[in-house]
Amino acid sequence: MDIRIALAGNPNSGKTTLFNHLTGSNQYVGNWPGVTVEKKEGRLKGHKDVIIQDLPGIYSLSPYSPEEVVTRTYLVNEHPDAILNIVDGTNIERNLYLTTQLIELGHPVVVAVNMIDLVRKTGDQIDLEKLGRALGCVVMEISALKGEGCAEAAEKAVELARNHSHGEMPHVFNGSVEHALAHIEESIEGKVQGNYLRWYAIKMFERDENVRLELSLDAQLIAHLEKHIADCEQELDDDAESIIADQRYRYIADVVGRAVKKKRVKHGLTLSGKIDRIITNRVLALPIFAGIMYLMYAIAMGSYPFSIGTLGTDWANDVLFGEIVPNFFDGILTTLGVSGWLYALIMDGILAGVGAVLGFVPQILVLSLLLSILEDIGYMARVAFIMDRVLRKFGLSGKSIIPMLVATGCGVPGILASRTIETERDRKITVMTTGFIPCGAKMPIIGLFAGAVFGNSPLVALSAFLIGIAAVVVSGVLLKKFKALAGDAAPFVMELPAYHMPSPRNVARTTVERGWDFVKRATTIVLLSSIVLWFLQSYGFQNGVFGAVEDNNYSLLATMGKMIAWIFYPLGWMGDMAWKAAVATVTGLIAKEEVVMTFGTLYNYAGELSETGDEIWALVAQDFGPLRAYSFMIFNLLCAPCFAAMGAIRREMNSGKWTAISIGYMCVFAYAISMIVYQLGGLISGTAAFSVWTVVAAVVLLVLCWLVFRKGYQARKVERLDSVGAGK
Amino acid sequence: MRTLKDVPVGKSAVVVKLNGEGPVRRRIMDMGITKGVEIFVRKVAPLGDPMELDLRGYSLSLRKADAEMIEVE
Repeated sequence: MDIRIALAGNPNSGKTTLFNHLTGSNQYVGNWPGVTVEKKEGRLKGHKDVIIQDLPGIYSLSPYSPEEVVTRTYLVNEHPDAILNIVDGTNIERNLYLTTQLIELGHPVVVAVNMIDLVRKTGDQIDLEKLGRALGCVVMEISALKGEGCAEAAEKAVELARNHSHGEMPHVFNGSVEHALAHIEESIEGKVQGNYLRWYAIKMFERDENVRLELSLDAQLIAHLEKHIADCEQELDDDAESIIADQRYRYIADVVGRAVKKKRVKHGLTLSGKIDRIITNRVLALPIFAGIMYLMYAIAMGSYPFSIGTLGTDWANDVLFGEIVPNFFDGILTTLGVSGWLYALIMDGILAGVGAVLGFVPQILVLSLLLSILEDIGYMARVAFIMDRVLRKFGLSGKSIIPMLVATGCGVPGILASRTIETERDRKITVMTTGFIPCGAKMPIIGLFAGAVFGNSPLVALSAFLIGIAAVVVSGVLLKKFKALAGDAAPFVMELPAYHMPSPRNVARTTVERGWDFVKRATTIVLLSSIVLWFLQSYGFQNGVFGAVEDNNYSLLATMGKMIAWIFYPLGWMGDMAWKAAVATVTGLIAKEEVVMTFGTLYNYAGELSETGDEIWALVAQDFGPLRAYSFMIFNLLCAPCFAAMGAIRREMNSGKWTAISIGYMCVFAYAISMIVYQLGGLISGTAAFSVWTVVAAVVLLVLCWLVFRKGYQARKVERLDSVGAGK
Repeated sequence: MRTLKDVPVGKSAVVVKLNGEGPVRRRIMDMGITKGVEIFVRKVAPLGDPMELDLRGYSLSLRKADAEMIEVE
């Protein structure tokens, strides 16, 4: 039989670092059933028969958040053999609040006091022996970052698990509360497994709904117990939940007072406090935030000599997927003497398509690296603190700003960055709206039309950004009014963790994980869609015969474009440009750069097209005209993102239904805005005649305004909290 | 009735009572804001909300709307 050790602790206590240290590369990542909470387990290094189960970072075992419920359910129903509880030594009082609750579950517990090096540095002293005696468990000191004492703590947990040895329960509660608890224990004895008796008794006292349902006691007994609880409440003039929290903290304060010698002066500034005097300063906070974001963007995506990400991506596009890989495959395919169509499929279809997406990997790696460093040192919590007020107005969380900013480079890491947002509703809205921000790959589309139709006016790019931001704001307000996403009352009770040095191991792991995710998508969804698209582009009916076509106008893609072009009629896509625009929109789903490339092939431009397609400007200008060009541009900026980003949405939503809703919403929103711009803009400027569609556009505009300004669903009170942690 | 929201930056106050109900109240208690604890108001965010509080040896950020639920003396 395997030994299972549950790893539990507060957010920001160094749990991830410890878990990585204990299990190395030997990890399995999944989801807890029914919730979007990540589940990680791994085998303890050097012990084939010991599984470390990483539990979500939580502050308490209350029944209000999925993380807490998942942890409770696991600890009570799965019977781990021991609990390894990691505690932040620099913040011991609040961390022990969870510890006392874990001990009450009656499993063997090892408390690992982390960041002991920092504790020593500040001159504090923790008497482990005394602490252990007071809590009734083994207390050890570790530094997860430096790897000190980690293995020993895990060994100890394994030893306790083998001997099933647990200490005596600490006497946390006193007076009438202890009396009532003892009474409850007596009444439910035999109904629950022996070691859980205390935990169930406390939960009964707190009137925990989950536990009440689970035990299904008869009404008479509940009424009897209720009298005891009510008596306690009357005596102490407080409600049951408060009484428990109160006495727990009193007990901890007493234990800490005896076992920990603090050197710190009251209200004196810690190092973190000093850093925060600048970082969250009234005047400097916003400029510093803008500066950090700019620098991050410059290093990952910019066009500076120090833009490592761009250097890598340029190399990947021009050299790796421009020469090395094509030459390599060219060599092999020529030697094998494969037929022409297979050669074209591999070279023009697969390599070109997958290469275009994989080219982004260096930029994404650099961006992920910088983001995980910011997350790891504790800056993200400060960003939420600084930005909360503004974003709350638009139905978003303080943390939504990060995904949005990252998305100006690439939507995929942007969407993935939404993971740090604490409430599920805010996270959903952020995922749904991040794709509206014009990413790097949409720049060529803007460049094409700005150049071809608008005389290279910089206002075009500026308006594209403003439309993107407006789309985010409008959608945030609008979506929050639907019942499924409503809930202004979501609390913002967030720890501002002390700054600390990033753990190179955590940072490297997160970076590689995110990069690998992207590669996996590129080699699955993008590979498949590249093949399909290549086929549709290269084959068709010419003179009634099906076969490979030289002229793109005869391809299946063109045929399909002509079939679906009518859909976009209300957006002003009519005449010969309609099907070309429809085709370009479809190919844009693979990667938005494809839009310009597609126009290149559709306008029969034979040579290598520049990024913004200067060579076809005259032809595009002739076909599109300003209003039509603008309508096309808006639709392509706002509609469904590329497949890679859709994959990211799928991953973050962890639900097929919500993925469909997100993409559907983006498409409908893009369609509505483009139609309003074309029809009403055309009416005002006199370029589009009044028609039934003008009326439809006006109605759509009114509906949109109503959706934004209506009262919406009012969340009466917060039924449950969606998530616990700040930071990660 | 004085609440935590009224405590000026740089001053401390002792919690007397927690109003409100349900999960938010519980979360506030779980984070260590219970009767008798001393809270130091470290600062207010640049845009005026939320607040940064020091208690039990760590920093907590709380919106003013939630701070209004906490009675202090």
